[in-house]
Amino acid sequence: MKSHNNFTYYLREGFRGFTMHGFMSFAAVCIIVACLVIMGTFAMLLVNISAMLEHYEQECEILVYIDESYPTAEAHSVGSEINRVENVREAVFVTREEALEDFKNQYSDQTKFDGLQPDTFRDRFKVYLKDLSLLEQTERTLETIEGVAEVNSNPEVAQGFTTLRNILSWVSIAIVSILLVVSLFIISNTIKLALLSRREEIGIMRMVGATNGFIRGPFVIEGLILGLLSAILSFFLLWGLYELLRSRIMAMDVLQMFTLMSFKGLAPIMAAACLGSGILIGVLGSLLSIRRFLKV
Amino acid sequence: MIELREVSKSYEIDTVALDDVSLRIDDGEFVFLVGPSGSGKSTIIKLLTAELAPTSGSVFVNGYDLGKIRRRKIPMARRTMGIIFQDFRLIADKTVFDNVAFAMRAVGAREKAIQRRVPAVLELVGLEGKEDRYPRELSGGEQQRVAIARALVNRPQAIIADEPTGNLDPAMSLEIMYLLERINQLGTTVLVVTHERDLVNRFAKRVVAIVNGTIVSDQQDGIYEL
Repeated sequence: MKSHNNFTYYLREGFRGFTMHGFMSFAAVCIIVACLVIMGTFAMLLVNISAMLEHYEQECEILVYIDESYPTAEAHSVGSEINRVENVREAVFVTREEALEDFKNQYSDQTKFDGLQPDTFRDRFKVYLKDLSLLEQTERTLETIEGVAEVNSNPEVAQGFTTLRNILSWVSIAIVSILLVVSLFIISNTIKLALLSRREEIGIMRMVGATNGFIRGPFVIEGLILGLLSAILSFFLLWGLYELLRSRIMAMDVLQMFTLMSFKGLAPIMAAACLGSGILIGVLGSLLSIRRFLKV
Repeated sequence: MIELREVSKSYEIDTVALDDVSLRIDDGEFVFLVGPSGSGKSTIIKLLTAELAPTSGSVFVNGYDLGKIRRRKIPMARRTMGIIFQDFRLIADKTVFDNVAFAMRAVGAREKAIQRRVPAVLELVGLEGKEDRYPRELSGGEQQRVAIARALVNRPQAIIADEPTGNLDPAMSLEIMYLLERINQLGTTVLVVTHERDLVNRFAKRVVAIVNGTIVSDQQDGIYEL
């Protein structure tokens, strides 16, 4: 009963603070929205690029050639050894005949290769890995398997994917941290102004024996309102911007190289992320400035 | 009960604000604390409200030992006192009612209790009918009455008034003093810090005089004779 009473008081006073410093609140919300939108953009970019990379990674194959002295049936049995290697996700057997067909299919004028015999090719496995960053180790392991004549892969491509993803993750973490700090600073500054403009009130509250928790309440609510409002605005702004960008890219990108996933799939995570960071920024930002203020 | 026991307070190494002061005020007393400015009166008030801690000695207020009190308990000690200031310290954008109710809300009182108690206290200080006015619409004397109502509303054991008439003309000052006397007669301890000689002499109460951080006289039915 008593705490409910206090909570409605915090709410009422928190809203009063928010409207009393209307312009400051507006400015603060704008800056935090900008920060959250930039953070959100990076997050969504990262999610999309990760998805794209994952797709390409899955396509990335190693060719394991089997010694040509092995008859096809025996060559096929080497597959069980290959599958036993830890990092191997899948090994697809390709016979020499199939390899020849594949080779021919790469060219438009297939008659040129009519004289080519399947013997020219070796039986092989197309091997797909679980973790592309362990490519070289896996290659070495594969080479030791009996019956394997040669292992062929494209380490540069694999390396490229891994590096790209790492760089992106680090850049995103850096930007998100910087903008979080900026937003925290903005909220704590706004609350500091609110505190200063109500210094007398706070002095009176302390004189009549209000607890620090009670004094803090309205300002935490004010910070929370700023954070939540910013979160809601940035969520919808991100949605709009994302859909706009997606439709533009889909119109331009005939090759479908960079298909962005639909916002619907991202919406729950983005909503949670926006709300979470809004609440965090709001509450933490106001607590930071109140802490300093109440110590004096 | 309010008691200072061998209290000294120095702000820096060589400026002594209070020097070995002992003072005991029993429940129900009315005491004037007089002295020139800079004599240590404000320091005593700040010690009693736990804004400052003594350099040495003990300060007791209504059962709380303010020298040993835990920070979290300070608000509880303050709730046993009502403080009145020279500059009223009302909140400009709250009505008379809300200014008084504010003190009850700040200690977590229920709305029902607030609606019952605030009008009663406003009546006691003679402000009935002015509940919805704002401080700027009131005279200085009326503003101080609001402050007194706010100090009284949580039923403190003691009222501590720091130069309560410093901003008022003589007629209004007298009214405020009569009001404080009446509150004292209703059972609340009253400590008035002042340097207004005429007022003190008129009421013939216990007078404690302090000069340069030491108590130089403490008399019942005293007069201001510095």
